[in-house]
Amino acid sequence: MSLELQNLSASTPHKVCLFEPVNMVIEKGQIACIMGPSGVGKSTLLNAIGGHLGTGISTGLAITGEVLLNNENITHKAVTQRNIGILFQDPLLFPHLSVGDNLAFGLHASVVGKKQRRAQVEQALEHAQLSGFYHRNPATLSGGQQSRVALMRALLAQPQALLLDEPFSKLDLELRHTMRDFLFTQTQKRNIPVLLVTHDPAEAATVNGPVVVLQPSS
Amino acid sequence: MTPYTNHKPPRPLRLLLSVLTLSLLSQFTFATWQQTLNEAQGETVYWHAWGGDVRTNNFITWVGEQTEALYDVKVKQVKLSSTAEAVTQVVAEKAAGQNTNGAVDMIWINGPNFLAMKQQQLLHGPFVSQLPNAKYLDLSPHSAASVDFTEAVAGLEVPWRLARFVFIANSDQVKQPPLSMAQMLTWAQANPGRLTHPVISNFMGTTFLKQALIELTPDPSVLQQPATPQSFATATAPLWRWYDAIKPHLWRAGTSFPENESIQQQMLSDGEVDIAMAFDPAAAAAGIASGLLPNSARVFVPSKGSLGNISFVAIPYNASHTAGATVVANFLLRPETQAHMQNINVLGSFSVLDPTSLNAQQTQAFAALPSSEALPTLPDLGPTLLEPHASWSTQLKQQWSKRYSQ
Amino acid sequence: MLTALTTVILAPVVVGFGETLWAAFGILPALGHHNFSMLAWQQLFDLPGFATSLRLSLVSGFVATTIAVMLALVGSAWVYHCPKTTSISSRFKPFLKPLLVPILAAPHAAIAIGLAFLIAPSGWFFRALSPWLTGWELPPNWATVQDLWGLSLIFGLVVKELPFLWLVSLVALKQINVSKQLTLAQSMGYSHITAWYKVIVPQLYPLIRLPVLVVLVYSLSTVDMAQILGPNNPPTLALATMRWYNDTNVHLLLPASAAAVCLGLIIIASLAVWEVAGLLVRHVNSALIRSGKRVAKFNLLASTLSAALPITLMAGLLSLLVLAIWSIAWRWSFPAVLPSSWSFNYWLQLLTHWPLALQHSLIMAFMSSGMGLILAVAWLEVQDRFGGHLYRLTLWFIYLPLLVPQIAFLYGLKVGFLRLGLNGSMATVIWAHLLFVFPYVMLSLIDSWRALDQRYLQVACSLGSSYWRRFWRIKLSLLLRPLLLAWAIGIAVSISQYLPTLMIGAGRVESLTTEAVSLASGADRRLVGVYGLLQALVPMLAYALALFLPKIMTLKNTR
Repeated sequence: MSLELQNLSASTPHKVCLFEPVNMVIEKGQIACIMGPSGVGKSTLLNAIGGHLGTGISTGLAITGEVLLNNENITHKAVTQRNIGILFQDPLLFPHLSVGDNLAFGLHASVVGKKQRRAQVEQALEHAQLSGFYHRNPATLSGGQQSRVALMRALLAQPQALLLDEPFSKLDLELRHTMRDFLFTQTQKRNIPVLLVTHDPAEAATVNGPVVVLQPSS
Repeated sequence: MTPYTNHKPPRPLRLLLSVLTLSLLSQFTFATWQQTLNEAQGETVYWHAWGGDVRTNNFITWVGEQTEALYDVKVKQVKLSSTAEAVTQVVAEKAAGQNTNGAVDMIWINGPNFLAMKQQQLLHGPFVSQLPNAKYLDLSPHSAASVDFTEAVAGLEVPWRLARFVFIANSDQVKQPPLSMAQMLTWAQANPGRLTHPVISNFMGTTFLKQALIELTPDPSVLQQPATPQSFATATAPLWRWYDAIKPHLWRAGTSFPENESIQQQMLSDGEVDIAMAFDPAAAAAGIASGLLPNSARVFVPSKGSLGNISFVAIPYNASHTAGATVVANFLLRPETQAHMQNINVLGSFSVLDPTSLNAQQTQAFAALPSSEALPTLPDLGPTLLEPHASWSTQLKQQWSKRYSQ
Repeated sequence: MLTALTTVILAPVVVGFGETLWAAFGILPALGHHNFSMLAWQQLFDLPGFATSLRLSLVSGFVATTIAVMLALVGSAWVYHCPKTTSISSRFKPFLKPLLVPILAAPHAAIAIGLAFLIAPSGWFFRALSPWLTGWELPPNWATVQDLWGLSLIFGLVVKELPFLWLVSLVALKQINVSKQLTLAQSMGYSHITAWYKVIVPQLYPLIRLPVLVVLVYSLSTVDMAQILGPNNPPTLALATMRWYNDTNVHLLLPASAAAVCLGLIIIASLAVWEVAGLLVRHVNSALIRSGKRVAKFNLLASTLSAALPITLMAGLLSLLVLAIWSIAWRWSFPAVLPSSWSFNYWLQLLTHWPLALQHSLIMAFMSSGMGLILAVAWLEVQDRFGGHLYRLTLWFIYLPLLVPQIAFLYGLKVGFLRLGLNGSMATVIWAHLLFVFPYVMLSLIDSWRALDQRYLQVACSLGSSYWRRFWRIKLSLLLRPLLLAWAIGIAVSISQYLPTLMIGAGRVESLTTEAVSLASGADRRLVGVYGLLQALVPMLAYALALFLPKIMTLKNTR
């Protein structure tokens, strides 16, 4: 499994590219990083990879270049068919669902049967050191706990790749550290490519894959 | 003459009566009338009247302009969607103990609403005989102006326009209008879905039933008495037989009816039905003039005559401007006012005055009015049938909905 | 202070309702009824067609509300769904709100009359096809309006209520992070509509729950729409009640009062049923969400609704258009597609009539909605600061004017006002309007108010800003949209009041609506066109202000 970006950029309706085209290959189990100052278009790049360009967040933008997942060109594939998970700065746990149901929402539909699904969710909670939290309201969880649930929810959907948009920037230093470890363990266990976006050079220094600095287009 | 048409005393007797009344009362009337006029000066009369007809509204505005110029009395029409709103108003005031300074000065009223207000003693009067212009009315006990739905007017309300039940037909579709209820049945069978009547809870719907009842019942004089279970059963049996026969041939097979006569006339205009109803002989002419009815709309009346009644105005017992309202009521009875009202370009409603009481000049004013192809003349209308006692309409409504409401 | 305010709203409500209640149990001294009796109820249940009336009311109320809610939810999903920005439906999006507002602002009766003309056998739709296609020289004897099942009434209710629920939803959605949550769900493989249903709807519905209940209550108690579009032998319970109240036999006031109380109880029971059903749906939904199915099996329903959406919207707009045409028509007979002769007569006639009526309407609308808004904010703020279950309890009384047919309630109110020596002044009418405006303002505001993220206030507090500053600059500024919308709804409610203006004003305070309704009883479509459009104009401006002012202000502040 690998994620490959070839000359990837986003262009406005007036055919102006937002940033210099990006080229990178992320192998399975690798965590790559894209750096750049705020406002350069990091989130837009993630949206382009995830297939969310032109939807609510970044209306009116079009993708240029290509995205390959496991050697398949998915540049224009429907977002729901891509199997690329995404994590935002905010954990965005659904407030109308309990912690467990948030995970069940993410859990892939191929897992069938009430018992089976419940067991998998409980197991995920255990991995996140949140056993017994199934019926808790997500709002009552601490920031670190919420982030862990969000990550587990994304992973339960069995993505082929994972995108992270400044995932830990709201956590304090120590928590960020634990969370990073947790992320690495979990993604390596699943052996998928991960692309992380940050403005923080310290964050970039921790990854084991390629690091690309996004340049505003001239 | 059938027993249920208007009885009028022979002319000489009537003259004698009015001369007598006049000579006895004129002195007295004159003095107090001047008082009333003085008292009325500067008042604004709130006339509560159904506001669904633009021409009537315009006529009321005109009345206000005239009374303001002549007597310094202004008229403000409170437009109602139903006369019951004004009755409820007065009932509420009575309930709250407000026995003076009421909000309603004058109501356009007749029939059941009048009966209700009379029974609950919510009306001012008797005052009709105090009006100088009452001399133009035929106020003998059984005259049309003295009886409102078999209820004695008792001087509590003043007539102002004549209402006659008429049918309106689209003459392009209806070449031979059915002139009796029996013919109506044959016509409906031949033209299924082209006839309807307003809902029975509506005034016009009840009137249609009453018209049919008078024509079909074995002895119409019974209808002038309060209905008893026996008399009701006997008198209405032929009506229900007739209605059962005609119902399947009505518009929407008699499962649905227009809400009121205005909507029924709109359906005539839309071509959904061919026959509509009105309580105004000028309805077709007025409808054509205001673009509401097709040019081919014509009025027809059952050959044996149709129901007639008179629209009145009454003054509530607690009115704020009783004097002003009295002055306006009197103005409505002026021959000039009545002639203006009868003008097809104004209202086209027939005068309520007794033609024999008018002098040559006044008679001429009526004769000189413009005519219209769609406007029947008085002889065209045939005899006026008297309204049955109010209990008949109440029971007709109940019985109808018992038989035909799902 | 709040106690005084409470009294202002509460006292007339209790008095008004009390009178009706007495009359339902046989006590109406003005008509000589002094003794307690159940006769009125007996009379009511014995009336022919009572059961049919009841069934009609319930079916049309529930079905119309359900369809309107589903359409509003699907419609909101569509607003947030943009596969290609160049597609036709996306190009239409900027025009959505401007198109919804006129239908929202137009009086119910106007929409009903326009719609009736649109779909009647002699109406515009069939005129467009006749005689070239259908061969009809005369309209067919079909029941496309006032059908016995109440379908056209349901359609009319949906047409009128959809824009309200849709706009309320769009305003409420501003408080939810919709696009990110949708992105997230889609990245997990959920289709747009499934994601909408499983993620957004459960968060949105609690925010629009009260407006939905308002729609349910309205649908159950409407008189003017039922009169024009509903069956009439027998009619819906609300219309039947109205007929008994208006009957020439004043003694029918007793069973009429019983019917009014009965209708009130039925409405309360319906609200309970709706809420319980809501809980059941929520329960079923949780199971559905837990199943993790990415494409739910309601595609057929969703596509039916998506197809119904433009039809419903179009029907509303065409109803208004057809009224506009009627307002300048003179003769327009079947099967002509357009009038055969035209006239500006009615508009010209109005020039002499409407300035005073318009002025009255404006004064009353601005006063009552302004006061309603201030009261609602005061009420909610006091509750936020001091809690108080008592206020929550009294709130239910405040909704009484919405639960009982107006005509029933107003008779008692009138008597109450008269006893206080208040009659016919503009101030009294404004007070009466306030009784109806306030609950609507409250209903449209309360959910957004409670959903406000308290952290903003905590942040402001920690930054040391004073209570009043926090209240003005944070709370009210953040709630600007819902506040303005509530105000605009208040304006629309006030403008549309017919019976309160007529009865409490003793007919002396003439407004656009008193003029319009009395004239409309004559069923002249041209007049209804003129007044309906005029009546729609004022609320339309208010809604436009409420929807577009925040946008303009944000633009200004962020530049």
